[in-house]
Amino acid sequence: MAGGGGGDGRRRRRRKMQLSRLYSFACGRRPSVADDDPGSRIGGPGFSRVVNAGALAQQPPPEQLLPTGSNSISTTKYNVATFLPKSLFEQFRRVANVYFLISACLAYTKLAPYTSASAIAPLVIVIVATMVKEAVEDWRRNQQDTEVNNRRTKVFQDGAFQDAKWKDLRVGDIVKVEKDDFFPADLVLLSSSYEDAVCYVETMNLDGETNLKLKQSLEVTSNLQDDESFSSFGAVIRCEDPNAHLYSFVGNIEIEEQPHPLSPQQLLLRDSKLRNTEFVYGVVIFTGHDTKVMQNAMKVPSKRSNIEKKMDWIIYLLLSLLVLISFIGSIFFGIATRDDLRDGRTKRWYLRPDDTTIYFDPKKAAISAVLHFLTAMMLYGYFIPISLYISIEIVKLLQARFINQDIHMYHEETDTPAHARTSNLNEELGQVDTILTDKTGTLTCNSMEFIKCSIAGTAYGRGITAVERAMAKRKGSPLIADMDNGIERFQPEGNIAVKGFNFMDERVMNGNWVNQPHSNVIEMFFRLLAVCHTCIPEVDEESGKISYEAESPDEAAFVVAARELGFTFYQRTQTGVSLHELDPLSGKQVDRSYKILHVLEFNSARKRMSVIVKDEEGKTFLFSKGADSVMFERLSSSEGAYRQVTQQHINEYADAGLRTLVLAYRELEEDEYAYFDRKFTAAKNSVSADRDEKIEEAADLLERDLILLGATAVEDKLQKGVPECIDKLAQAGIKIWVLTGDKMETAINIGYACSLLRQGMKQITITLETADIIALEKGSDKAAITEASKDNVVRQINEGKKLINASVGETFALIIDGKSLTYALEDDAKGIFLDLAIGCGSVICCRSSPKQKALVTRLVKTGTGKVTLAIGDGANDVGMIQEADIGVGISGAEGMQAVMASDVSIAQFRFLERLLLVHGHWCYSRISSMICYFFYKNITFGVTMFLYEAHTTFSGQAFYNDWAMALYNVLFTSLPVIAMGVFDQDVSARFCLKYPMLYQEGPQNLLFRWARILGWMLYGVASAVIIFFLSAGSLQYQAFRKSGEVMDIESLGATAYTCVVWAVNAQMAITVSYFTLIQHICIWGGIALWYVFLVAYGAITPTFSTTFFMVFVDALAGAPSYWVVTLLVSAAALIPYFTYAAIKTWFFPDYHNKIQWLRHRDRGQPDSNADLEFGQALRQFSVRSTGVGVSARRDAVELVRLNTKVYHADPPQLS
Amino acid sequence: MNSHAAGTSNGGSGDAGGAGAGAARRNTRMPKYSKFTQQELPACKPILTPKWVVSVFFIVGVIFVPIGVVSLLAARDVVEIIDRYDEACVPGNMTENKLAYIQNSSIPKDCTRTLMVTKDMKQPIFVYYQLDNFYQNHRRYVKSRNDAQLRDPSKANKTSACEPEKTTADGKPIVPCGLIAWSLFNDTYIFARGNENLTVDKKHISWKSDREHKFGKDVYPSNFQNGSLIGGAKLDPNISLSEQEDLIVWMRTAALPTFRKLYGRIYVDLKENDNITVRLSNNYNTYSFGGKKKLVLSTATWLGGKNDFLGYTYLIVGGLCIFLAFAFTLLYFIKPRKLGDHNYLSWNRHPAGR
Repeated sequence: MAGGGGGDGRRRRRRKMQLSRLYSFACGRRPSVADDDPGSRIGGPGFSRVVNAGALAQQPPPEQLLPTGSNSISTTKYNVATFLPKSLFEQFRRVANVYFLISACLAYTKLAPYTSASAIAPLVIVIVATMVKEAVEDWRRNQQDTEVNNRRTKVFQDGAFQDAKWKDLRVGDIVKVEKDDFFPADLVLLSSSYEDAVCYVETMNLDGETNLKLKQSLEVTSNLQDDESFSSFGAVIRCEDPNAHLYSFVGNIEIEEQPHPLSPQQLLLRDSKLRNTEFVYGVVIFTGHDTKVMQNAMKVPSKRSNIEKKMDWIIYLLLSLLVLISFIGSIFFGIATRDDLRDGRTKRWYLRPDDTTIYFDPKKAAISAVLHFLTAMMLYGYFIPISLYISIEIVKLLQARFINQDIHMYHEETDTPAHARTSNLNEELGQVDTILTDKTGTLTCNSMEFIKCSIAGTAYGRGITAVERAMAKRKGSPLIADMDNGIERFQPEGNIAVKGFNFMDERVMNGNWVNQPHSNVIEMFFRLLAVCHTCIPEVDEESGKISYEAESPDEAAFVVAARELGFTFYQRTQTGVSLHELDPLSGKQVDRSYKILHVLEFNSARKRMSVIVKDEEGKTFLFSKGADSVMFERLSSSEGAYRQVTQQHINEYADAGLRTLVLAYRELEEDEYAYFDRKFTAAKNSVSADRDEKIEEAADLLERDLILLGATAVEDKLQKGVPECIDKLAQAGIKIWVLTGDKMETAINIGYACSLLRQGMKQITITLETADIIALEKGSDKAAITEASKDNVVRQINEGKKLINASVGETFALIIDGKSLTYALEDDAKGIFLDLAIGCGSVICCRSSPKQKALVTRLVKTGTGKVTLAIGDGANDVGMIQEADIGVGISGAEGMQAVMASDVSIAQFRFLERLLLVHGHWCYSRISSMICYFFYKNITFGVTMFLYEAHTTFSGQAFYNDWAMALYNVLFTSLPVIAMGVFDQDVSARFCLKYPMLYQEGPQNLLFRWARILGWMLYGVASAVIIFFLSAGSLQYQAFRKSGEVMDIESLGATAYTCVVWAVNAQMAITVSYFTLIQHICIWGGIALWYVFLVAYGAITPTFSTTFFMVFVDALAGAPSYWVVTLLVSAAALIPYFTYAAIKTWFFPDYHNKIQWLRHRDRGQPDSNADLEFGQALRQFSVRSTGVGVSARRDAVELVRLNTKVYHADPPQLS
Repeated sequence: MNSHAAGTSNGGSGDAGGAGAGAARRNTRMPKYSKFTQQELPACKPILTPKWVVSVFFIVGVIFVPIGVVSLLAARDVVEIIDRYDEACVPGNMTENKLAYIQNSSIPKDCTRTLMVTKDMKQPIFVYYQLDNFYQNHRRYVKSRNDAQLRDPSKANKTSACEPEKTTADGKPIVPCGLIAWSLFNDTYIFARGNENLTVDKKHISWKSDREHKFGKDVYPSNFQNGSLIGGAKLDPNISLSEQEDLIVWMRTAALPTFRKLYGRIYVDLKENDNITVRLSNNYNTYSFGGKKKLVLSTATWLGGKNDFLGYTYLIVGGLCIFLAFAFTLLYFIKPRKLGDHNYLSWNRHPAGR
């Protein structure tokens, strides 16, 4: 037994099983790679790879080089050598940084108004900080890569399998992968621990699908059963070049000069996991970045938030302002300079205009003016906040950390916290207008539970589904309480709930079914459940408990149900299945085996699956289960006893949001089966193009005249809190579109369950499942069908629009199916489709393909110009997630494709509420306030310099000391603004959730509209005017100390600077609405730092500090006038804002101001009752405006009551 | 809430504390609970309630008005005598061509002015000269100096940035170099009250730090004003720079085009109606750029010299604050929108009578 390691039970199974037979049908049906014969393309362009595997294949074809790629991967952006140039390049792609770089370079010329070092220092600080951040991030990625690269696997070397690191793998190596290990590279499967060389693979990391996939090697290699056999093995594999197609593979393997074609069936992809198989052997064919998963992972679209895009425009605006004032300054400077020398007579002789440089040459005043323009551009550079980008990046990083650390978004069951994968989009989370959501796995758990069944016309199962609950709530039924209690009654204490099983009915449980009428039908029903599937049992050796590995959660639910009802499937052998059954006659457990003759696989076209079994008495049965639409037409015509009733039950189940399947069987005659067997085998073995059709035909022959047993209903349960969350999001004014692959009925029912649809909403249904279209489709003229379908869809859309236009005060829901969507998304129809959809409160697209999901997302994104958020969990949602402005992945289990493509991942849909309403809103309000404030403080600073310039005939002399200026953005004013960006909360989390309407500030962009931005800028100008004229006016030429000294340029500059620092930091103090200790430290620390700087820099030897030497200690500190002026100027600079803010919050409050008031009022007197009523009123108000989501609310009655009280409602102040 | 079939749905316990206990057991990736990470730090949440707004304005007003009054009183206490002499000192025959007058060194520049003391002046009395329209803050001018050279005798050759007053014609470094020093003010004043000479004390008119650290004790002027074009005052090459206080004062360039510089102090009390005779030499050329020259005698208070601006601004700002405080109070009473009340949030329901 090569490799050893398995338990005894498994060895036994391995000996016996020949699963290839069981799966033959399935495997045979796998679509081949390409339409034409792929083998012929091998060796051609795109198919050039040659792999020499094993010891004996040492004759590389001379014309082709061996691929030599290493298996180590690197997802880092930089390496040691490229880091500097690459990251610098990244930095200087920003307009602002280029500007600063140019100024820094010019600072080395005579043009510079300040010393070069002080010009370059802030740029260096900012660039270095950004680069350090980049480096740290890249280092983390590197750590991850190293971890992966150093994972261990077993490689065949020197006649034995030896431990090796992943990164040391080479193409052509033979590796042995053991159970539950990841494949280290793309492998061709040679053999496995099973005799027929199958293995099970979990591809969750690739496509998010949790079910196991079956892979099987070629027969020629399947005999390589142990380690030793590889010493004599050699093969040449020729195959396609590395590409990103996960589901295709073309190649052949040459063993002993004999080529055998390879298919995806033999390909084991890197990052998928070996399951249920002791070990496999494989040949490495693609390594490292050549592997399909890496080829797929390469391109991650980078997204930028709208705010950042707008910020660029502000920067451009400021740049043009900068140019403008520099230009004005240059003109005045030019005039003044020209005047200095008239007819050989110098005017300002002390400037020596007669012996001057080009920069001040009166004879060439025009050139001087042009050069001065450059100087001015440098001087007023403080308009552009140099540290803006880095500050925003730091803030966003910290915000993302807060999202990651939010304990309320942590899912305990799966041990998953929320994870903001990019921090670029934090504030965008606060501006979402439309959410496009997947259904399965996103709104629902994607874990099926067997909840009801109908057997022989009797409905069993007393469980209540979420939909039924919702319906009951909708009707305000008092039954809810009873129903809730009911659940508890059915769940005896101490009985641990079984996953996948939520069925309660004392009539059939615990063997009681034997006493029911039609007990023989019930027996057959249960048996069918236990036999008709493709699951594999796993028996826990110690406890004897049986669990199942199934291809889909539905299947598992059936087998589990059968087990719980007394038909325990415990063993699958190569030929059959074994059950523990309850014998109705003896009342004892008996073991029975059924020989499986054929499995007719499920697929979406057949919508059914069947097995043909022979029982111990030699009778042959066909067991079949499938969708009601296909099954009912296959029932025996003579059989009608409970068909009607069953159909009715199925409808009820569908209404309750359940997935239904019809179960039926038939006993086969000996010769009938023999005929089928012959025909089926022949079809399977044929190689002609119509092979699939022949197989279909053969199966069809058998699957008819079935006898109905009953129907099952499984529930794909809604995730916890979904209706409430959707409700909240709807109240927040967010539109929600559901894009699902489900059929229309299910989608509608789920819509009700999750409160997306409600009673009294008018449904506009656009479908092509109408009689005339179906009739038309029977004909074969494709063009005619297309045209008719298109016309039909457009007509339906237009009708819907008319309906909406005609109605007043009604809300609509749009439901459209995938086929119609195809036409609705065409260029000429999508405009009106979007109009219609926007007019509706809720939109559900059913039966939509992944492509359509992405297209719809793009339509909404580009059509409305609003921010869209797509949320999904599976590989089919990736397109949509990448297309949307923000992609959110549901990370139920570890590492999924949707999560990989997403910007933020959360564990449960309901966390979206907190993510958007709390974090989104906060981030949005923080970032927008932060940017506004940034511009304000820089304009304040810049304009004081400009005003001073006016008093120097625009000579370009800086008002402030060089180093003081350089550190303005970096030291004295940066921390408070970062603290605000990280910590400020306009409204606490509780109130964000309580008043979801607050969220609308984001989508309507109230906090970052031009009026607000320009307002802040103007305020900056006003502050600058106040600061400059008050400080210059108070301290003009008279003595400012008792000992008679007068101000000089440095001391006046330092005084004005002090005022600026005070004003700007104190401004922050009155802007902040959440004043923590950190804010205190940052704000007052910023001011303190300025004084520290004054003292410290002044104390440095005058060689360095020059005229700034001891300005503070010697001159300013001892002068009362300095302090008195500081107090006056800083206070005066703040009065305009304070007045404005007071008037604004009193009379024209924003929504968050209103909530602040409310909170403030309630803090004093917790009048919870009034508060509650108020909250209700607010909610009702919001619901009216969006039209979605009230359905499932318990407080509907309450609302009606409130509604009658409200006799006047202003339009929302937000608009 | 949605307590559907127990078992599968029990996620995210709302109680963070409870969840925290669970973390120790099995949840390795669970975020750690702290007030910081959950953004629940204790904080003050200031809100502009009427009470706050009115009291802030009122308090600011109440503080500012007295400061304004005190400042104004201080400024009024200062006695200041200003005498513009640049026009008056030009001989009658040269008023049409002042430039020729000032540039012609053969014309004597002496001039006598009589000042009348308007009010009692307590010593010390500060003597300033005031220049108008003189751009000491011009970039070319401000930069035209070398601080290293002024401090360290071994660095006399460091004359960068001093163009065009860098070196003499034969290449010797000028100490002190640069335009600022070159254009040193050179009018002089001699004061007398009747027959009694009033000594002007020119000691310690500069900043202490400048004298002691910025201008070297062992740095002596050399090659100064030796060029063809003489700017302003000449310096005694035998006196070290740290004692050339006029230069030190001059080198502290003024921020604005109108400025005063301290000339000296008179330690004598002056009486009202005293006549002060000033014998001055009117050397400095302000005529070419149309600047004014003024002689200022002034006392100083704790706040400095005479300037009502500060006091008035304080009064205005303080008054504005008090006005705003009243305005907001009025608004609050006339238009009592109950902040935080339901009515306030666009909901016109039965008014809560508060």
